Amino acid sequence: MSLIRKTAAELASMIAAGEVSSVEVAEAHLDRMAEVEPKVKAFLHVDRETTIEQAQAVDTRLRAGEKLGPLAGVPIAHKDIFTTRDMPTTAASKILEGWRPPYDATVTKRLREAGLVILGKTNLDEFAMGSSTENSAFHPTRNPWDLTKVPGGSSGGSSAAVAAYEAPLSTGTDTGGSIRQPASVTGIVGMKPTYGGSSRYGLIAFASSLDTPGPFARNVLDAALLQEAFSGHDPMDSTSIDAPVPSVVEAARNADVAGMRIGVLKEFGGEGFQPGVLARYNETVQLLESLGAKVVEVSCPSFTVALYAYYLVAPSECSSNLARFDAMRYGLRAGDDGTRSAEEVMALTRAAGFGPEVKRRIMLGTYALSSGYYDAYYGQAQKVRTVISREFEAAYQQVDVLVSPTTPTTAFAIGERVDDPMAMYLADLCTIPSNLAGNAAISVPCGLAEEDGLPVGLQIMAPVLADDRCYRVGAAVEQALESRWGGPLLKEAPSL
Amino acid sequence: MSAITRDEVAHLARLSRLALTGNELDHYATQLDAIIEAVAKVAEVAAEDVPPSSHALPLTNVFRADEVRQSLTPEQALAGAPAVEDDRFRVPRILGEEA
Amino acid sequence: MTMVYDEALDAFEPVLGLETHVELGTRSKMFCGCKTTFGAPPNTQVCPTCLALPGALPTANTMAIESTIRIGLALNCSIAEWCRFARKNYFYPDMPKNYQISQYDEPLCFDGYVDVEVDGKTVRIEIERVHLEEDTGKSTHVGGATGRIHGADYSIVDYNRAGIPLVEIVTKPIPGTDRLAPEVARAYVTELREIMRSLGVSDVRMEEGSLRCDVNVSLMPRGASEWGTRTETKNVNSLRSVERAVRSEIERQAGVLTDGGKIVQETRHFHEDTGTTTSGRSKEEAQDYRYFPEPDLVPIAPDPDWVAELKAALPELPSVRRKRLQDEWGLSDLDMQAMHNADAIDLVEATVAAGAPPADARKWWMGELARRANETGTPLADLPITPADIARVTELVASGALNDKLAREVLEGVLAGEGTPDEVVEKRGLQIVNDEGELSAIIDQVLADNADAADKVRSGKIAAAGALVGGVMRASKGKADAARARQLILEKLGVSE
Repeated sequence: MSLIRKTAAELASMIAAGEVSSVEVAEAHLDRMAEVEPKVKAFLHVDRETTIEQAQAVDTRLRAGEKLGPLAGVPIAHKDIFTTRDMPTTAASKILEGWRPPYDATVTKRLREAGLVILGKTNLDEFAMGSSTENSAFHPTRNPWDLTKVPGGSSGGSSAAVAAYEAPLSTGTDTGGSIRQPASVTGIVGMKPTYGGSSRYGLIAFASSLDTPGPFARNVLDAALLQEAFSGHDPMDSTSIDAPVPSVVEAARNADVAGMRIGVLKEFGGEGFQPGVLARYNETVQLLESLGAKVVEVSCPSFTVALYAYYLVAPSECSSNLARFDAMRYGLRAGDDGTRSAEEVMALTRAAGFGPEVKRRIMLGTYALSSGYYDAYYGQAQKVRTVISREFEAAYQQVDVLVSPTTPTTAFAIGERVDDPMAMYLADLCTIPSNLAGNAAISVPCGLAEEDGLPVGLQIMAPVLADDRCYRVGAAVEQALESRWGGPLLKEAPSL
Repeated sequence: MSAITRDEVAHLARLSRLALTGNELDHYATQLDAIIEAVAKVAEVAAEDVPPSSHALPLTNVFRADEVRQSLTPEQALAGAPAVEDDRFRVPRILGEEA
Repeated sequence: MTMVYDEALDAFEPVLGLETHVELGTRSKMFCGCKTTFGAPPNTQVCPTCLALPGALPTANTMAIESTIRIGLALNCSIAEWCRFARKNYFYPDMPKNYQISQYDEPLCFDGYVDVEVDGKTVRIEIERVHLEEDTGKSTHVGGATGRIHGADYSIVDYNRAGIPLVEIVTKPIPGTDRLAPEVARAYVTELREIMRSLGVSDVRMEEGSLRCDVNVSLMPRGASEWGTRTETKNVNSLRSVERAVRSEIERQAGVLTDGGKIVQETRHFHEDTGTTTSGRSKEEAQDYRYFPEPDLVPIAPDPDWVAELKAALPELPSVRRKRLQDEWGLSDLDMQAMHNADAIDLVEATVAAGAPPADARKWWMGELARRANETGTPLADLPITPADIARVTELVASGALNDKLAREVLEGVLAGEGTPDEVVEKRGLQIVNDEGELSAIIDQVLADNADAADKVRSGKIAAAGALVGGVMRASKGKADAARARQLILEKLGVSE
């Protein structure tokens, strides 16, 4: 089997055993990228030379007997929203085109130290705002399962790269579903860790109280290995949790749900859900029951308005977070003809540098925070946030995890929803509650929808700091389904 | 009645420093109106007595010791600047006094 | 037309409000580890966080929070059990994030007071809140005629100051100060400055901007119960300016109101050169800061035990210290207040500590030196003379080596940079004439030259001896010991007092 088809864990042990070098693994992936990138367009920045240099350095360190992390030598693709010292970082925005950060994000820094090799920076919806990666200022990314479909978003470059075997692992960020939804529609595993479990330092902020870095991989164990490699307390992020966490890698190796209580969310599964999605979802719930889990129906009535609370909280924070892009210290400067004022140049630059979705959300957030509207919009949304957290807490009194489809539909067509923001926002319906409550949640593949043959994802949600439960249930589902399918779901994907 | 007028959108654009064209204002007015109408559904949740959550988790008192850390060099600090003069960021003339 | 102050006060009563910003003297900035050294080369104390690079996050400086709580305690405030930082959103090139991390409706300290003495009366200034925020960068305006913001071609920005912790102290409205409004404002800022110094939380140098003051003034007609519209005069940067800004704004507003005009609620700017204020910015639209809780920082919930410890460990506060020193020095309220107003207490205390009797220390600082400071527009403490110098001069006077006139010359020499008092005495040859022979010869000459006066004294009109002593002092160029000269004159003329 070629190197690109191997799991990250397999690659790591081959590299550790000296069967293959990090450089060879990196080259295999770079070659794959050269072959399929024209079709998939998952990356914004690839720099073969820098990648090979990094791989050589890791090989040297390994040969010198240095003890690196369990993923040492394995290549990775980073969502282009994490700062990287040696590569540009743009958040897929014209306003940051060509910007080279003088510092590494904690996630990129830790993975560098653990010996992972950066293949490049992946595409995203501009500043992570979107569910399709069509909002990238540079180009849309395509779903490897069907090049006319979106790869999800905002971390669509990262999901597509992993699904297209361009990278065994990638990083993403999840603010309202931006890891789980792309993972779901590309047939891979994507995890949103507990908020505060992974550091936001160096992650270009969209909505600070929601943004969470997380892993993409083609299987549950790889995702767990990656999460463990970059997670943990970071003093540079004041919202980072300084507490011991259960091992997610151990959980991913313990695929046993016997005796676990699993809550089926009543609110997610009726109207607006694609029948093929519901069919796969319901089968998977039955599968869990057959594996010895106790399945009960749970109701969290306010989850249906979570979407609306999210579209107030996230834009409000983004309107403030994106104020720093003002043409004064870095990035684009437009309209500076020597006569215009700073104020005018700021407004012209921001008009030229931000795409329509970003402008829409900035204005929506500005509105929600304005005096006279604050209480009805931002203030009320924050209260709804509390209500949602309480409903989660009540549910977790009865069950260990909650499940739902990750998305109401499979991947939609490129261009289908660009002119209808509310339709686009609905893609995050099921994923948003976990962001509002800071909970952990994972998406694992659970089959293909009958109608379109596209991947369906199962979302498994767990309480704060119970990320291990997501991995444990996810691993059980994966093991049972793969034995039924005779291998991973991705083997069904058409060759590119 | 629409939730938001074109004038209000123009005001929001000014507040958020976005130089929008007339066509854009029309376009955003229509879209924002639909979005605001939708998100107004948050009012359906009875939450009068519920405290608002500004954060995902109830952490408190996360502080840093008063210790000096390495700064960037002026070269690093200014590397991305659109214009530089005398080791400072050169910016277009500033209209108003500081707020 | 502006009105004359006294006439303005005949017709109106002022209500004051003061917002004071104090830059804390922490080693590192409020939300990052950059240094806070004043005057460092531009953009050498900046990092991803204080430059607002994409992805960077703030982390709160524990010392800044501690200092703010100590300030709150010193101002008799309640300390919040739980509070948050908030973002104040507005675009300005000085401010890298285009929002300032500040506090909004949940300040760290609130509801306090500070008592100040003005004109022998105690005025209680109530404190609304004390909160913590961050400073902005500094722009230099290039081109144009004046180097000011208006008419400049462009600006250049140094972000070294951006992110330095800033404590904002806001008073409640202060009614009832009447004609003393300007003095009360000044006394309050002076008191704050001393409190900050005694706490050791800031160097409170107004000229370096580490203490800045915004002055709110409104007027209401005498007898009215409803307050008028207020203006906010920004960045008043010396104690004297605080007083002048209040006075000038009272005069201006009284003029507007008397002419039937309305006061516009606005920001105004004080000009040191003219001592007047001008309208700041004509706001096209009202500011809407869109405050919301800062999601990048978690709430602060000060441990009550910690707050109690901080309270117990507060140093002696300036007002308490003044009472103690007043008793120790045996001074009247008025003398003490004059010293306080002149900013002389520290100097006198240091001079006493260096060995001078309190009365002498006070006499020099409040007399000769205060005059000099006033003439040159220099703060007393910035005169090029030390308390030790003054102590030495008083010692020389006490030992009889100098008289008052010579002592003044010595001080002049020290102020002129001629060295220590002993060096000045040496260089200028200012020793008192102690040689009895020399003095006796001078007296003989004076008696001979003033035979009439000498006769008068001989005949019992002892008062006439004064003219003879004066003659001796002139003849000796002030170096004679006047008391001894008088004694000798009387001896030589055969009379006694």
